[in-house]
Amino acid sequence: MACEGGVKVAPIETIESLMREAETLKIKLEDERQKLNDVTLASVADRLEIINYMNIKPRRTLKGHQAKVLCSDWSPDKRHIVSSSQDGKMIIWDAFTTNKEHAVTMPTTWVMACAYAPSGNLVACGGLDNKVTVYPLSLDEDVTQKKKTVGTHTSYMSCCLFPNSDQQILTGSGDSTCALWDVESGQLLQNFHGHSADVMAIDLAPSETGNTFVSGSCDKMVLIWDMRSGQCVQSFEGHESDVNSVKFHPSGDAVATGSDDSTCRLFDLRADKEVAVYTKEKVAVYTKESIIFGVNSVDFSVSGRLLFSGYNDYTVNVWDTLKCVRVCLLYGHENRVSCLQVSPDGTALSTGSWDTTLRVWA
Amino acid sequence: MNSDKVTAKRKPESNVGCAGSSNEETTAVASYQSGSSEDSPNILLYKKMEKIVEKMQDEATGVPVRTVKSFMSKIPSVFTGSDLILWMIKNLDVEDQVEALHLAHLIAAHGYFFPIDDHILTVKNDNTFYRFQTPYFWPSNCWEPENTDYAVYLCKRTMQNKTRLELADYEAENLARLQKMFSRKWEFIFMQAEAQSKVDKKRDKLERKVLDSQERAFWDVHRPMPGCVNTTEIDIKKACQMNKPIYGIKNTQAAAQGIKMSPSTSDLGSKTTTENIKRQISMLKMRLDRRNIKVSKVADAFMAYFEQYLEYDAFFVAPEYPNPWISDNQELWEQEKQAKDISARRVKRWAFSLKELLQDPIGREHFVKFLDKEFSGENLKFWEAVQILKTLPQSQVQEKVNEIWGEFLASDASCPINVDSKSYEITKKNMENPDRWSFDCASKTFSLFLFSNHVYHLMKSDSYSRYLRSDMYKEFLNGSKKKTSVKGIRSIVSFSARKETIT
Repeated sequence: MACEGGVKVAPIETIESLMREAETLKIKLEDERQKLNDVTLASVADRLEIINYMNIKPRRTLKGHQAKVLCSDWSPDKRHIVSSSQDGKMIIWDAFTTNKEHAVTMPTTWVMACAYAPSGNLVACGGLDNKVTVYPLSLDEDVTQKKKTVGTHTSYMSCCLFPNSDQQILTGSGDSTCALWDVESGQLLQNFHGHSADVMAIDLAPSETGNTFVSGSCDKMVLIWDMRSGQCVQSFEGHESDVNSVKFHPSGDAVATGSDDSTCRLFDLRADKEVAVYTKEKVAVYTKESIIFGVNSVDFSVSGRLLFSGYNDYTVNVWDTLKCVRVCLLYGHENRVSCLQVSPDGTALSTGSWDTTLRVWA
Repeated sequence: MNSDKVTAKRKPESNVGCAGSSNEETTAVASYQSGSSEDSPNILLYKKMEKIVEKMQDEATGVPVRTVKSFMSKIPSVFTGSDLILWMIKNLDVEDQVEALHLAHLIAAHGYFFPIDDHILTVKNDNTFYRFQTPYFWPSNCWEPENTDYAVYLCKRTMQNKTRLELADYEAENLARLQKMFSRKWEFIFMQAEAQSKVDKKRDKLERKVLDSQERAFWDVHRPMPGCVNTTEIDIKKACQMNKPIYGIKNTQAAAQGIKMSPSTSDLGSKTTTENIKRQISMLKMRLDRRNIKVSKVADAFMAYFEQYLEYDAFFVAPEYPNPWISDNQELWEQEKQAKDISARRVKRWAFSLKELLQDPIGREHFVKFLDKEFSGENLKFWEAVQILKTLPQSQVQEKVNEIWGEFLASDASCPINVDSKSYEITKKNMENPDRWSFDCASKTFSLFLFSNHVYHLMKSDSYSRYLRSDMYKEFLNGSKKKTSVKGIRSIVSFSARKETIT
């Protein structure tokens, strides 16, 4: 940052006084927050009817990967899925028919992230090779022929997405930064410094301007960024371990997160604070936790009422975001659920697992 | 830096290919784990599991452990699956038996208790006998065991002439493979196994029974039977993170705790510098200056959003056409693409927000028609041009910027738009003052974004609200197909008997 290196020698009193000032500000901020805490989300949601019965069943099983599925993404056409696996393969599925349309062998065996472009004609992926590579999809020729490396991080690439355009890619990396790349030239358009540990997940705000995104990191922080300026505009703390997943509420006003501390949380941008924790521990008077596993992935239903979260205990928990209770559990996978995503039209939920399969639930 | 290390370590696996479940994979993964086991993200889980297991082992309130007499012998220190499940339902906040069984299965898969004579670490809700693992063999205590240890163990088993210790087929295969691998030091391994076997033989019979089973269970965790999940594996991202020399978990934790409030830079040193504190202070001040709303307001907004979109949430209300994933019928998707028979449900959504209207191609088209009638189409045209600009590759941006500028903003623009005079004046001044900084593409682009935001809000507050009030929209809404959902609300059933089981 700009101010760094400016004042090099600072007397000790200054550090102490500054720290004191920071402390007072923290207390003040906490006070202000308490004032906003007039009710709990769950108490307001009392007036809503209880969600009693969810008839969500596995409808498709996609088999073909030889090793752990690490990431997947829905195509904008609502029926195709791209998935990447530790076997070094990226597969394009017609999830509706369960056919594989492309199986692309990657230069690295650990493909950690993949994403569909808005046009549906392009996919991006990367992982331990520290790179993000794009593959134009066409049925006539070998997909790998036209592949193109867009950007390179100094550590593994953990997540990527196309922000409203086939021509740009936003990536998060183990080098604790996020970056925005121009697809055609491979030029770095903007980078985002602020996390002090590996970035695990990013998500784009669903606003019409599409200029904001959120990132979650192993430094336990959740940061909101202005994509144009590269500035961090808001930050949320609260998680007690790595933040593995972040997702905007469909209204764009809040962010849900999933963490290794086995909780999911809801942070509101307008209130500038955490407004809900989805965990069993809170319910019990003396801790008899039955959810002890980390959360890898979260996503909302169209109305924002349901939060799906994939856990290391092989299950998907469905939370009522407003009443802050669990609605149901989805069993089926035989190893950790590594990724999940609600389809673009909200008609289905896809999950990917270390058991090498992907499933579509509805 | 880090990546080199990782690639080097990856090699053994890529050589073997992706055979899966084989020992080679295990060893490759093991290499990630070695060295920093106390930093492992799995440790967090182990600690929580151990809390539960310790409760289970409480002499007074835990799961009843006994020694069972059978035929001529005794089975020491066991409990039944049904006792375990019963205890879990009583003492943990599990919802039902299914969840209890699932959790029991997972704790078994991590090796905290195990079926006394089965390599498959799972739990059945019946009279099968299970035994607790000794803390010495808990995964949290362990070093990732090496293949030589495994070889010694398997070798030892072959020396003990007992049916219950006979090697399973996969173990025999593993032993053969290991023997090949360690051919040179096999003598050494054999000697070690012999020594261990001698020590074992001196033990009390019952004690030996218990120890043998515990040791077996330990290897069932670390070298699971093919088809079983290896629970000691670590998420590759976390493994990479742990291997980093500088940004190790410990450092980042310290950093995160030290300056929790401010997002710190990645090159954060160990000492808290004045710059850091200053940054933290400015961040805190920024947060204090923010105008935040109360939780009650936030909750109301969530509630309103849910109620508005409930009808469109396929997990609550069935779509107008059968859900393709459930019915195998693609009508829903085909119908969306067609411009005729637009449902009222869809048209209603256009009134939620301008974003919703513009997202629907048919809605957008209809809105364009309305604007044309009002002779105010240029705002939308301009806004859309800027949206397209945002999606262009860098190489085409300059050209497009000039094009948009010429069409909408220049003094001789063919399709001039009205932007607020203040920002326009600033922009104009910038253009006229080449000595300060030339009016380059970047600042032009910046102005365009500024204007487009302004134009969007103008449209939202002006044209859009007039469109919603217009006869044109109302007619379209009334004319649209009114197909009411057959199923109606699918899953919201009001307060009923299941209420108490949920909480």
